[in-house]
Amino acid sequence: MTVRRRIAPSAAVWIFLGVLYFILPLIGTLIFSLHSIDTGKCCTLAAYGYIFHQSAFWHTIRLSFELALETIAISLVLFVPTVYLVHLKFRKLRPVLAFMALIPFVVPPIVLVVGLLDVYRGTPSWYYDHPFGFLGTAYVILAFPYMFFALDAGFRAIDVHTLTEASQNLGASWLTTLVKVILPNIRTAALAGSFLTLATVMGEFTIANLAQFQTFPIFLDLINETQPYGAAALTLISFGITWAAMLSLLFIGRKRGGGGRLIAGAR
Amino acid sequence: MAYLELQKLERDFGTVKALDGIEISLGEGEFLSLLGPSGCGKTTALRLVAGFDRPDGGRIVVDGRDVTNISPNKRDMGMVFQAYSLFPNMTARQNIEFGLRIRRQEKAGRTKRVDDLLELVGLGHAGDRYPHQLSGGMQQRVALARALAIEPRVLLLDEPLSALDAKVRVQLREEIRRIQLELGITTLYVTHDQEEALAISDHVAVMYGGKIEQMGSPADMYSSPATPFVAEFVGTMNRLEGVVVDGAAGHVEHAGIRLNVDAARGRQHQERVLVLVRPEALELAAENGGGANQLAGEVISQTFLGPVTRLKVSSGAATLIADMSAARAQALPVGARVSATVPAADARLLTLEGVAQAAVEEL
Repeated sequence: MTVRRRIAPSAAVWIFLGVLYFILPLIGTLIFSLHSIDTGKCCTLAAYGYIFHQSAFWHTIRLSFELALETIAISLVLFVPTVYLVHLKFRKLRPVLAFMALIPFVVPPIVLVVGLLDVYRGTPSWYYDHPFGFLGTAYVILAFPYMFFALDAGFRAIDVHTLTEASQNLGASWLTTLVKVILPNIRTAALAGSFLTLATVMGEFTIANLAQFQTFPIFLDLINETQPYGAAALTLISFGITWAAMLSLLFIGRKRGGGGRLIAGAR
Repeated sequence: MAYLELQKLERDFGTVKALDGIEISLGEGEFLSLLGPSGCGKTTALRLVAGFDRPDGGRIVVDGRDVTNISPNKRDMGMVFQAYSLFPNMTARQNIEFGLRIRRQEKAGRTKRVDDLLELVGLGHAGDRYPHQLSGGMQQRVALARALAIEPRVLLLDEPLSALDAKVRVQLREEIRRIQLELGITTLYVTHDQEEALAISDHVAVMYGGKIEQMGSPADMYSSPATPFVAEFVGTMNRLEGVVVDGAAGHVEHAGIRLNVDAARGRQHQERVLVLVRPEALELAAENGGGANQLAGEVISQTFLGPVTRLKVSSGAATLIADMSAARAQALPVGARVSATVPAADARLLTLEGVAQAAVEEL
């Protein structure tokens, strides 16, 4: 028999207020975006049409999305084995890594980008002038805390030592152990880190602006200065696209059985 | 001929000597339990055999081949861990199949082997369940099947029952022994539970301080402990410190009372000894004014243990322990004055010559 859980009235009020807090600005933005660009009257989809007909929109949204995927891929390749080894063999290095991961939080992006531009000046043009080179590197640094702390929590939730030893005892190599045993059991953590990275890269403005790359937030800023209704429409579009991207990541990550519920089994 | 040999195995952790030159020789198909308290080095020895750790000295030989420096994934050892070690992302079937997949065994053969093993451990119905859907006992059965799937040269079990409740523990240990005998697999079993070790092993090695104190059959270990530590650790033992006063007649003086102990015959005059008597061998009766081999005392507690009732008796410097049926124990309530008769034939004797007094008291 299904037991229905009743929500306490006070909890319902708080949930309602919370929903309002998130929904009201979106509704406001939606109404504003439905005003005509020419007459300023409601309600028309002209602002959306205007945005979709901008080639820069498609170019920048694609660039930002590809940059986000690149950042996620590099971060996972770099940090999953690192955090795994730290948990398995170099436990004393964990606080050092955690401290390093805090640096991108502490150092303001403006300082970070000035420093990075200076450090990487003199590198080959195909790297320094290319978004997938310099900007990708900067975004990996920016995403470091999100990815590290998400993965760290994932590794803490499983018995890394026992799972590794059990796998090796059955004949698996280090790589097989990492791919077949460890990765599937930290998938939820890796997904969480990936979501945060995606959201960060899709909305990053300062570094892209100072490094003079035309990413999606730069386009959003440009539209905001020239087309207020278009900017509102663009905000909602980007909101929808980011959520769609996150959901697709979630779908890809959850496709196979097992997953997060299994952490309890590992003890 | 020995199948598994641990030759002068040493392992240090900083200043702590975890293993101090242990030597073990085990025949093919035999079951050896490494028994000892926490920190005695038994798990370290097992991990060295599995290849998870490297010794500082000595060799590990399996079937005539030195495997000391071979990595764990190439040793062909099946291991069951203390903690539940099943891969959480895989079903019971996939867990068991894992080692076979690594060995690239063809699918039909894999499926049959997994089915057979699931039946062997009594989990034919639970192959598609994930670890979190299995009880602790079921998880350890799957872990056992997984270890056996690769047809290991040696089966290693690291306190596999310690996380289970008492009833399941007894059931599973009997199953482990049944399966081990059925498959004839050489097995090294680590436990701190002496009852478990005595119940299922061909041989028991009692470890203490990184050394093997005694190795032998469970019966030998129980009836003829070779050191005071083994006497204390394997089962419960009454220990009466004394001095041989007549080696020819087999007389030992304990707390001013002369005891006749067969095992004392031929001992040197004035030799310091420990007279050992199992609780079930100590005869208790209402005090009758003293007699040969009797120690007077007072019952200070009674503990019902199921098959027997355990009485503690305060007798001078020593506290004696005696087991008897509940019906007999009723006649000797707490506070009753009793006489404890030390059986001349069943009492064992250990020399304390060369053993420091502090070490004796520590036990």
